[in-house]
Amino acid sequence: MPDEKKTVSSVFVNGLLKENPTFVQLLGMCPTLAVTTSLKNGLGMGLSATAVLICSNILISLLRKLIPDKVRIAAYIVIIAAFVTMIDMSLKAFLPDLASSLGLFIPLIVVNCIILARAEAFASKNSPVLSAADGLGMGLGFTGALCIISAIREFLGAGTVWGIALYGTHIAPATIVIMAPGGFIVLGLLIGTINFIAAKRKGDK
Amino acid sequence: MAIQIVSIILSALLTENFVMVKFLGICPFLGVSKKVETAVGMGMAVTFVMALASAFTWIVNRFLLIPFDLLYLQTIVFILIIAGLVQFVEMFMKKSMPSLYSALGIYLPLITTNCAVLGVTLLNVQNYPDSFIYSLLYGIFAALGFTLAIVLMAGIRENLDEDAVPESFRGFPIALITAGLMAIAFMGFSGFSI
Repeated sequence: MPDEKKTVSSVFVNGLLKENPTFVQLLGMCPTLAVTTSLKNGLGMGLSATAVLICSNILISLLRKLIPDKVRIAAYIVIIAAFVTMIDMSLKAFLPDLASSLGLFIPLIVVNCIILARAEAFASKNSPVLSAADGLGMGLGFTGALCIISAIREFLGAGTVWGIALYGTHIAPATIVIMAPGGFIVLGLLIGTINFIAAKRKGDK
Repeated sequence: MAIQIVSIILSALLTENFVMVKFLGICPFLGVSKKVETAVGMGMAVTFVMALASAFTWIVNRFLLIPFDLLYLQTIVFILIIAGLVQFVEMFMKKSMPSLYSALGIYLPLITTNCAVLGVTLLNVQNYPDSFIYSLLYGIFAALGFTLAIVLMAGIRENLDEDAVPESFRGFPIALITAGLMAIAFMGFSGFSI
């Protein structure tokens, strides 16, 4: 939206829905597939990434006139890595269970394309307030997507949601859904369905 | 020693394939797998970077971070090493292999943000902090496993273009479902672990 005036709320909604990082922009696929085996993991990953995204967006926006153009990517990566290290250490200190089940994927937030993409496409061109709104919107959009995927996978694959058993022992859950192949297939079906609904809506108008 | 080496090779290549089992390097796996040729080029570039990154990060970790008790800087230091290496590989390729350089184009700098590379270095310092050889082997064969997956995927996707896929599933969704079916096949290797 080049001509529209950017307001905090429009930027926020844009990140949350219109340009949802997972379902529309298809960014950050590795954590999306890897940690969505249970709702708790999905939410934890989403919120950790959101915290990093907001902090890095604000700092990069504040420094946008100081960082020379040629080394900007390297500078962004160092800033992001610093925030990820902080999150990693705080998770290990305060939520050790979550930290151990997310494992490798917490430090790997550094190379999550959503965060670098927002730094490059938004925070380097906009004010700190707008960048914070963008970070919050994109982060919550990512968190929401992770929650949807992980709830589906946990429900089908383990028979539970948030650790609470939903159907008794009569029906065996399809364990394959929380294993690697299930991740690919559930995400593929979800994106296909969203495309289908979007196409239908366009046809109706 | 010999058994350990065989077990590292098998697990990195097949039973714990980076793409199909560990979900590392999905972005290039889905983004660069439309043609077999570019997939092979990407696989080779990633293998080169991952081998160098495994070696360098092991040395830095063993002789700088551990003696000075700076382990909390691992993530930052490793990503800087990787970014530097990718830059170096880019300059080297531009001079000595210009044809491959232009074929890879935009994907070459993007190796920096390939989570398989940072992932392998972090796994190495966790699993093999004392052995340079094991770290290097794991790096090389994990990268070859990535190459195997991306080349297989490209082979399937080249044929997929001509099939009657429903409109809303064209492109990304069908690629994900294909990957899911491939992952089921890769589960069959899990009995190989030693």
